[in-house]
Amino acid sequence: MTVLPKPTSASLSSSPQQGILERVHDWVTTADHKKLGMLYIFSGLFFFLIGGIEAGVMRWQLVSPANDVVGPITFNQMFTMHGTTMVFLVGMPVLLGFGNYLIPLMIGTRDMAFPRLNAWGFWMFLFGGLLLYFSFIGSSGLFGTKGAPDVGWFAYAPLTSRTFNRGNNVDYWILGILVSGFGSMATGINLVVTILCLRCKGMTLMRMPIMVWSMLVTGFLVMIAIPVLTAAQVMLLFDRFLGSHFFDPQLDGSALLWQHLFWFFGHPEVYILIIPAFGFVSEIVPVFSRKVIFGYTMMVIALVWIAFQSMSVWAHHMFAVGLDPSLNAFFAASTFLIAIPTGIKVFNWLGTIWGGRLVFHTPMLYALGFIGMFVIGGLTGIMLATVPFDWDVSDSYFVVGHFHYVLFGGTIFAIFGATFYWFPKMTGRMLSERLGKWQFWILLFGMNLTFGPMHVSGILGMPRRIYTYAPDRGLDLWNMLSSIGYVFQFIAILFFGWNVVQSLIKGRKAGNDPWDAWTLEWATTSPPADWNFNPLPDVKSRRPLWDAKHPEDPDYEYE
Amino acid sequence: MANQTDHHALPREEHHLSKGKVGMSCLIITESFFFMAFIVAYLYYIVIMQVDDGGPDPKDLFYLDWMVYVASICLFSSSATVVFAAKALARGAHDKFRSWLFITVVLGGLFIAATAMEWIGLIGGKGIWMDTCSFGTCFFSLVGFHAFHVCFGLTALSLCLVLSLLGKFPTMQAERFEVLSWYWHFVDTVWIFVFTTVYILRVYT
Repeated sequence: MTVLPKPTSASLSSSPQQGILERVHDWVTTADHKKLGMLYIFSGLFFFLIGGIEAGVMRWQLVSPANDVVGPITFNQMFTMHGTTMVFLVGMPVLLGFGNYLIPLMIGTRDMAFPRLNAWGFWMFLFGGLLLYFSFIGSSGLFGTKGAPDVGWFAYAPLTSRTFNRGNNVDYWILGILVSGFGSMATGINLVVTILCLRCKGMTLMRMPIMVWSMLVTGFLVMIAIPVLTAAQVMLLFDRFLGSHFFDPQLDGSALLWQHLFWFFGHPEVYILIIPAFGFVSEIVPVFSRKVIFGYTMMVIALVWIAFQSMSVWAHHMFAVGLDPSLNAFFAASTFLIAIPTGIKVFNWLGTIWGGRLVFHTPMLYALGFIGMFVIGGLTGIMLATVPFDWDVSDSYFVVGHFHYVLFGGTIFAIFGATFYWFPKMTGRMLSERLGKWQFWILLFGMNLTFGPMHVSGILGMPRRIYTYAPDRGLDLWNMLSSIGYVFQFIAILFFGWNVVQSLIKGRKAGNDPWDAWTLEWATTSPPADWNFNPLPDVKSRRPLWDAKHPEDPDYEYE
Repeated sequence: MANQTDHHALPREEHHLSKGKVGMSCLIITESFFFMAFIVAYLYYIVIMQVDDGGPDPKDLFYLDWMVYVASICLFSSSATVVFAAKALARGAHDKFRSWLFITVVLGGLFIAATAMEWIGLIGGKGIWMDTCSFGTCFFSLVGFHAFHVCFGLTALSLCLVLSLLGKFPTMQAERFEVLSWYWHFVDTVWIFVFTTVYILRVYT
């Protein structure tokens, strides 16, 4: 029989009679993976609010043609900061935060491999983010204008050169992301080492939950992608401060080199943002379908396949620059090919749902929403991988619609699903199902209303990153719809905030295992003790808790 | 049934992977991709495009440049001496450990000294720097980052030497020292690529 430790709840460090100062000191100096994970998630949600407000400014400006809520400079700052924030300060930290919190619990160990490096990574991320946001008050742009970076989140050369950006707001962009990038690399390495070295007895690689596999793959992608961005940013710093000639075409540099380096980072980066989301959904769907995951082995193969192939598709972001046709053909074909492992994953989720006894709690709603929205974003992705079509809609709102379906309908939905699923474990209290369902349906409606019409306005010819548009182009209706959709999304987020606050104060007590789930994190108390497990667990199958609950019919007799 | 249960009751996959070694391997992968970007830049501008912006021809600078070869031999042999040091430490032969480690540090120091001489010649003598030409841009960033890593490794090795001289580097640190020696091997391996890119490709072809 599977040996699982009895949940113990006493916590070493946080006794209730602590003063506020001790508690702050406790959180600031912590090297505990659970606290750091929650710090990551909380900071990420804070930046999510800021990034969302920036999106709101853009939607307000674009609600009607020839609007003048903000000028072009502010608009440029808004889309730059929105993109940079959502990718580097929301997506990565929240996903890595869940990884931090859950991985040691799921593989049955007591902490990450390098706890202090873990703390270092978090604080690097946080201060990198704050450094970036300090640019709003600390930096100077062109002609002495104050303000944040305004070069777009991928900061194409030569717009970032001294010639075109004489102030220092680009330097804030470089240094903020450089600093938080060091934190991400440390965390990526930490995740990989933890998963490879610290699994509990019996936890073989092929018994790890898919979530752990997805974090392993994500860790590798972080290790491979981020250093290339760091190198490119160092080159850009050299260009700006030492007068070197990497990216300035007038000095025999190459603006194209920046694009290659950036997208060699950038494409794995978007998989860094989606693969952990795959992991969340792969945990939620089986539990709420009351079935084992369908096709575990193929799920693992598909993850690793996606990760490898993500390194050979970067130039599909560059079809419009005029590469060699054979290169375009290669990158288009490679991009089409990546739809296969992605399709395997989608069909395996459907296979898990098929014939299951579905329980429609909020996490499951978000997981189902994820599958639907992600498929839409994936299909428009295949359209964009077709070179002639890409030439037509490149840098239009079609692209914006596409990647928001993937990153909002995909990543953010999965993050909300994961929050509703693991919040009881982290805090000991349930989030309100009633508010959660309201939030889900409003958010689903709002996001489709925002990002759906963007495909139309894009095909009609509305370019990205332009602060206004003329009245007679047929774009008015679609932009109006997008902006109305934003309001719905904002209301949904308010529901979420209210839900979190209320549930923390008087939410229903969760108990150790509110969802009747099967992975090891539910074998601990909610919230888990500082040491997670005592003694360390010993597992014999992919669903150790099933084995413990059903000793008459354990999984390991079938695997 | 009983057989199956027994089979599964057997201990599976004992994990003997060392955190330090796996962590260092991960760091090495990460750093490799960092260097790759600079090597790509050098290859692109200097070897393939052969940008003509008034910069020097690497042939004129590095053809039969004996100092680079001596420096490279120093660096490569330091990879061997650091292994001897690690093995001596694992055996508990602390005197031999210190001797081999000292030789390693001296060899690494010679390499850095040679780099410094070369840079003084290029910057002071020929007036080439990062802002003068594409060659300067690519050369100083690539070779500079490598030298920076050598300095970092040298600092760590010297720290071990000082601790050992103070008697505070016991045999139980052998695995940590081995992990550090992996980093030193990595720095040497990067030099193989840098050396080929900078001192051979455009110079002898």
